[in-house]
Amino acid sequence: MATVAAGIANRISLSMPKANTDTRLDGAAKHFGAANIDIIRLDGAEKHFGAVRALGGVDFHVGAGECVGLVGHNGAGKSTLMHMVAGTLVPDSGAITVRGSAERDYSVPRALELGIRCVFQELSLCPNLSVAENTRINHPSLIGFGWRRKAAELIAAKLDEIFPDHGISASDIAGDLSIGRRQMVEVARAFTLTEDPLALVILDEPTSSLDAHTAGQLLAFVRRFVASGGSCILISHVLGEVLQNADRIVVMRDGKVVAADAASAFDRDRLVATMGGAEGHQRTAAETRKAEAGPLRVKARPARQQDGKELVARAGEIIGLAGLAGHGQTDLLLAIFAAAQRARTGIEVTAPVALVAGDRQSDGIFPQWSIAENIGIRSLALLRSGLLISPQREAELADFWKNKIGIRTPDMNNNIYSLSGGNQQKALFARALGSDAGIVLMDDPMRGVDIGTKLEVYDLVREEAGRGRTFLWYTTETEELDNCDHVYVFKNGRIVANLGRDELTEEKIIQSSFGDAA
Amino acid sequence: MTAASLETRLKASPAGGGAAARARMLRSLLPALSLALVLLAIAWLNPRAISYFGFTLMLNLAIPIALATIAQMFVIAGNELDLSIGTFVGFVGCVTATWLKDAPLVGIAVLLGSIGVYALLGALIHLRNLPSIVVTLGMSFVWQGLAILILPKPGGKAPDWLLSLMAFKPPLIPFPIIAALVIATVVHIGLMRTSYGVILRGSGGNAAALRRAGWSLLRTKIVLFALTGLFGVLSGMALIGITTSADANIGNGYTLLSIAGVILGGGEFVGGRVSPIGAVIGALTLALAASPLLTFMHIPPDWQVAANGAILIIVLAARVLISRKER
Amino acid sequence: MASLRTMLAKPWIWSFIGAFVVWLATIAFTGGYGAGGMITAALSLAVFTVIVGVGQMFVITLGPGNVDLSLPANIGLASAVAMKVMDGNDAMIAVGLIAALGCGAAIGAANYLLIWALRIPPIIATLSASFIIQSIDISYGRGLQIKPPPGFADFTNWQILGIPVLALLTVVFTVGAATALQRMIYGRSVLAIGQNIRAAWLAGVNVGRVRFLTYTLCGALGGIDGALLAGYFRGANVDIGNEYLLASIAVVVIGGTSVAGGKANVPGVWGAGLFLVLLLTMLNTFGVSAGVRLVLTGLIIVGVITAAGGEKAVR
Repeated sequence: MATVAAGIANRISLSMPKANTDTRLDGAAKHFGAANIDIIRLDGAEKHFGAVRALGGVDFHVGAGECVGLVGHNGAGKSTLMHMVAGTLVPDSGAITVRGSAERDYSVPRALELGIRCVFQELSLCPNLSVAENTRINHPSLIGFGWRRKAAELIAAKLDEIFPDHGISASDIAGDLSIGRRQMVEVARAFTLTEDPLALVILDEPTSSLDAHTAGQLLAFVRRFVASGGSCILISHVLGEVLQNADRIVVMRDGKVVAADAASAFDRDRLVATMGGAEGHQRTAAETRKAEAGPLRVKARPARQQDGKELVARAGEIIGLAGLAGHGQTDLLLAIFAAAQRARTGIEVTAPVALVAGDRQSDGIFPQWSIAENIGIRSLALLRSGLLISPQREAELADFWKNKIGIRTPDMNNNIYSLSGGNQQKALFARALGSDAGIVLMDDPMRGVDIGTKLEVYDLVREEAGRGRTFLWYTTETEELDNCDHVYVFKNGRIVANLGRDELTEEKIIQSSFGDAA
Repeated sequence: MTAASLETRLKASPAGGGAAARARMLRSLLPALSLALVLLAIAWLNPRAISYFGFTLMLNLAIPIALATIAQMFVIAGNELDLSIGTFVGFVGCVTATWLKDAPLVGIAVLLGSIGVYALLGALIHLRNLPSIVVTLGMSFVWQGLAILILPKPGGKAPDWLLSLMAFKPPLIPFPIIAALVIATVVHIGLMRTSYGVILRGSGGNAAALRRAGWSLLRTKIVLFALTGLFGVLSGMALIGITTSADANIGNGYTLLSIAGVILGGGEFVGGRVSPIGAVIGALTLALAASPLLTFMHIPPDWQVAANGAILIIVLAARVLISRKER
Repeated sequence: MASLRTMLAKPWIWSFIGAFVVWLATIAFTGGYGAGGMITAALSLAVFTVIVGVGQMFVITLGPGNVDLSLPANIGLASAVAMKVMDGNDAMIAVGLIAALGCGAAIGAANYLLIWALRIPPIIATLSASFIIQSIDISYGRGLQIKPPPGFADFTNWQILGIPVLALLTVVFTVGAATALQRMIYGRSVLAIGQNIRAAWLAGVNVGRVRFLTYTLCGALGGIDGALLAGYFRGANVDIGNEYLLASIAVVVIGGTSVAGGKANVPGVWGAGLFLVLLLTMLNTFGVSAGVRLVLTGLIIVGVITAAGGEKAVR
């Protein structure tokens, strides 16, 4: 609790005095020689990846000395837009203007020349190189005799400036650093200065791996940077960070900008509503279904659990796994999955298991296969007649689920990537629900899925549970927990609370997630 | 209830990279340890071998092997593999024993041209996104064919300057050891200490990051392949300087030896993790273990190749043990 | 849909077209002389490439980095084992074949053991294994001058109406392999692992077992190939398998199998096998020297992979 409080205290209040803002603009104007010229402006930017429209005509601009907050759900198009600003992606159509002059062949080297840099969400350090060497990669001018010393001094000074107690040496190999420190290096590197100017830094989820204290240091630095005339785009899932640190907030949804306004015009509720998170979604009026105490399906103790708490799931139950992201929920699901194949101590599984992946790309989709094949892979043994897989049964299975779960495609033999993201996710649900599995593990499967799909799947999950299937449902979206019979809250790889349906409130979950216990 | 109010972030794990760094340190010592072990075994079996003359004799062939290993190391640094380096060394050997002696200008042009071919291969592999294993496997036939065309029967003769260079007997320290030191130092400075060396290694570590920083991956791949070609040429010339005459098949074993040398020297297949010093040590270990050690142990030459395989497996097993312990 | 099908079919069609063109060029050169005999000879020789090619194809389909470099050593050792067990005795043919098969399968299993236990890339594992196998072979097969049993030698050369029986059997085998690939759990699992090993595990595929089976299968095919080669060429030989490292990989690539894994093509292995053999026949007919032959073979492989490659591996 203490660290969190410290972090919040570090994030200075958002309301900048107006006069202050004005002087800042003046400063910027002096700095760049002309007032009110945007550092970068995109008009009507469009981008398609195959059949998927990632961006549909986006207008976006960043002024000098301005911190623009960019929010939206996963898949809303933020990253695509930022790749365009950074020059790594070329828009299919639309214009890019930098400081008032149109850029025809906008590219990474050009962006760097113009002082536009990006800290990407995926870590972009070379794990085999040292911190100083990684700095050298971003500075073509660091050459010749003594470049190693220069690079080391450069990055060390910037780390000292942003994260005073960082504990990182310039000679550390990046791959040996913890993920948080790697992120610190990456952020510091983006602000180092040699020959190229520094006008705009894109920070894509810069605090995702930082603790509250370091995140506070970073955000304070960002404000200093902006106050001195620099510009910044801040992308974060932590809405509080955006609300408190951005001057202006741009909200994206489905590849479009749906709102852009001064940060002071937003509050958390309006942001969430604009992002399309919970809008119009009535609290699921789940019928108070009293699950009979069915036979035991799963009994599992997290590897780091020290007290006697363990997860117990019976047939027909929907069990929620809650808590902050990455606190051991996925690990436990994977351990249960592995235990179903080979016995493990501390985990008891009494029925076949299937898993619905949240990260479709890396954990779910077989890119070369049709929708039908992607659904059938979990049920091959059932699809056999004799030794061979029956194409007819495979098609039947696919068609059954196409209708049942509503996969929108003209032909289940089309490639899986012909589907939209939500429909791909439905195919993964069909893979698990169409199998013989009595236990279905769900690893935050609704990430970046539209609300319509979600509601359909919620109904299906309840229906299947009514038939005796057990669901273990890890989710980062609190309202999904309303579907669960009871919820285990995780913290630091351990179960810290087991909340029954009637005691399930957000406050309780937060309390358990942040509590000092364990 | 909103989704947002629960959001916060992952905690950075407080533990630093101490354990990882220690494991890396231990692993980087492994090549030197294996070399020391082989030397100890030789000294124990045949103390007389540990002498100026003994080393000159035992390590003679280590020079071309070390050069071929360095050549292989460059492509491995870029996450590729060259299965043609052996036949390429043979091809260079044939050129050295014929044209380079009889018509030096033609010879030099051909050898420079072959380095150019390597550079082109790098470009081709990058531009068409080809698997280097298949391309270089195909090229291994090309080099072998060219070698046979140049020198259908074993023969030819090394240029005199090359012969006298390879027969050089410096005072106190045997020539092969000096040569190994020079090779290791030069390549270490070039790849590990220069500012462009960082870019070359980075292309193996995280190519996407390099591209985002504005570097040309085409160029890094071309440079890495050209360097492989260059050191392949040096290896072939050194080999002929020792054997004095050539044979189209003379380098065939070098493909496997060079890969084994890089791995023995602590290099990894992917991720741009290579070590020039380690690679040279790995090559020396292989050269010693392959024949002198076996001879002293009265093991028939039939098992020479197996010894290379066994050493490779033992060292890899040791590596696994080290990384398990550190976990 | 139909057009998509033909598009997908393209990769292996090309290998047959290539084989056909080369054949035409050769008989054009000879004025039609020996056209039939050439096909017979091509079928006989292609068999050996196809058998190991199928094994290599399953391995390569497991995904990037999977390749069996121990095939040549494997073939060499198995040929010696087969000849020694058969010992020129017709009654021992079956036993000899089983011994070669077992020897190859054991090598394949050992390969996977190295990959699994040492967690090293298959290239290095199969490479180290091949070093050791090679030595065993040299030592075991030293001075081995045993001829194959007459019945076995005849069998490998047996023809019906100019079609080698061995080729017919191999066709049956490849049909079986194609069926296994598309219609059996094993084949589907291989394809799934090749596309995304983690997703395959999470979809319930027994990744370890499938990979083990695949390396063992590839080894076993190498073993049987060694025995057949020794029968066909009337004797075992340490170098008998040398050309099959390149050939096995080449037929997989030319045949339209994706080197990135997850997409395999059995008919293409046949087309590519015939193409390679006919190409050599053509070059021999044209009377080019061994050197030129090697150069052209290599260039064609590089050319084919260049033409076929370029598809970015789908993430």
